[in-house]
Amino acid sequence: MKGNEAIGEGAVRAGCRYFFGYPITPQSELTHYLAKRLPEVGGLYLQAESEVASINMVYGAAGAGARVMTSSSGPGISLMQEGLSYLAGAELPCVVVNLMRGGPGLGNIAPSQADYFQATKGGGHGDYHLIVLAPNSVQELLDFTGKAFELADYYRNPVMVMADGIMAQMMEPVELKDEAQVEIPAKPWAATGMIDHPGSKRIINSCYVIPEEMEAVNIRLKEKYTQITLNEQASEGYLLEDAEIVLVAFGTVSRICRAVVEKARQLGIPAGLFRPITLWPFPAEELKRTTGKAKCFLSVEMNMGQMVEDVQLTINGRAPVYHYGRLGGMVPVARDVLQEVQKLYSGGVVK
Amino acid sequence: MKKVFKRPEILKDVPFHYCPGCTHGVAHRLVAEVIEELGIRDIAIGVAPVGCSVFVMDYFEIDMFQGSHGRAPAVATGIKRVLPDRVVFTYQGDGDLAAIGTGEFVHAATRGEKITVIFINNAIYGMTGGQMAPTTIMGQVTKTTPFGRDRETNGYPIRVCEMLVPLEGAAYLARVAVHTPKAIIQAKKFIKRAFEVQLAGLGFSLVEVLSACPTNWGLSPLEAVKWLEENMVPYYPLGEYKSPAGGAIND
Repeated sequence: MKGNEAIGEGAVRAGCRYFFGYPITPQSELTHYLAKRLPEVGGLYLQAESEVASINMVYGAAGAGARVMTSSSGPGISLMQEGLSYLAGAELPCVVVNLMRGGPGLGNIAPSQADYFQATKGGGHGDYHLIVLAPNSVQELLDFTGKAFELADYYRNPVMVMADGIMAQMMEPVELKDEAQVEIPAKPWAATGMIDHPGSKRIINSCYVIPEEMEAVNIRLKEKYTQITLNEQASEGYLLEDAEIVLVAFGTVSRICRAVVEKARQLGIPAGLFRPITLWPFPAEELKRTTGKAKCFLSVEMNMGQMVEDVQLTINGRAPVYHYGRLGGMVPVARDVLQEVQKLYSGGVVK
Repeated sequence: MKKVFKRPEILKDVPFHYCPGCTHGVAHRLVAEVIEELGIRDIAIGVAPVGCSVFVMDYFEIDMFQGSHGRAPAVATGIKRVLPDRVVFTYQGDGDLAAIGTGEFVHAATRGEKITVIFINNAIYGMTGGQMAPTTIMGQVTKTTPFGRDRETNGYPIRVCEMLVPLEGAAYLARVAVHTPKAIIQAKKFIKRAFEVQLAGLGFSLVEVLSACPTNWGLSPLEAVKWLEENMVPYYPLGEYKSPAGGAIND
């Protein structure tokens, strides 16, 4: 299955019946897939006039209680930032897929991880967080899309599934579980018309003109984000037990780095890999716990150095943290990353 | 004693925050009366704009959404597609709809989205303190056109109803005013038709309501309704622009 299609199938199997979107490469096949697939299950694929409109259609559909999704790539995700802030403010569950491409500006359609800051540090205005999942295989694209809907409903928060153009375009075998009847949780806050809840109106809203009221909402949101940070950090480790040099990478790059770690081990370098699965919340606890012996960290990313800041915050000066990145749609080559590892190891940083 | 006139139950019994002489209150009442008379309170869902009338979400005792600036028709689209048997309407000002939201209302009309848009045109940005709106008329003095709107700098005001007429998805278009009792009676009639068009599933409906903003026009309430009659009505002629029955202008 192609990555894009796996996301679409994952959404349908999670009970998502509404998709609002706007064409952009490299996520096109996802929209093609859902345009066919959603009507088969009584759902709706609607092409909006812009990403600005799509995310606001998502706002309407989510507020009306539906499992709903949109997808895009960098430039389109930028246009959605205002809407994402409103969704977070009104505490509406939805899933937004970002299949990252080279930027800034129009950039190109080659794979990138340059939207890490945008996804994990806000993006839109105001104090809020998205939950951000970073799959690294087509199977995970499918599974994490389903997981994203569960998290979104559970926490009443927008969830982003973030991968790069390679993942979107890649084909891999996928195990499809039997289609189970999806239990969509009750939404006793959804504004579906008073016929459903006589006598009490419901408002989907993020506007609080009285600062005391706004602050109370902010505090409630902060408590929710704290709960998410405590409960939802996810990561994967590879050969970390005795690792002295720890590579940190997510998505496509984590697969490249796994190969680098294997090569390094063959050369006698005790390398390991830490792979964040949730980018927000960043899996800081596990990174601290599993890398006690590490003498140096190398964050490998397809950007100028974004996740490396979270690694630095987590390691908090205990060991040096380095960054290796390829930019503009270029993908790190295992050989080059290995060279970087060898350089750090032989350069005495690790010893 | 027989009660012959009362507040619609849909309108919350609180003092509105609107300025003296502002006609948002009249427009609110008309929409509320129509919803009540059509018996659709239980299935009505409204979308509030950004601007003075954002608080319509508090005043209407029905389920409401607060949308981002200009995007109410997109929000309404999301709601209506999920709940096709509900009556979904937006309430938007001229800055919200005819400037920042130009894409959303035009495309909602293009799609024939079965929603009703109540478009309040008072030729100015109210909430932000009286700047030029897309519907500010030629020569009109605002905070950002201190010498009057001129065509070289600002171009021309948008006639929203007229521009939607050619769109096949737009089923009902009308322009009304709320500055005289006669105009208010006609306004209610056309707002009702717009909702009926939605109930019949015929497509997109929009009623443009010429409205007074005495505060930002720098006029007394009485001067304001006179100004509306003398300056806005000639540029924005009242009447039905499109209706499924082929309704004529100046009905």
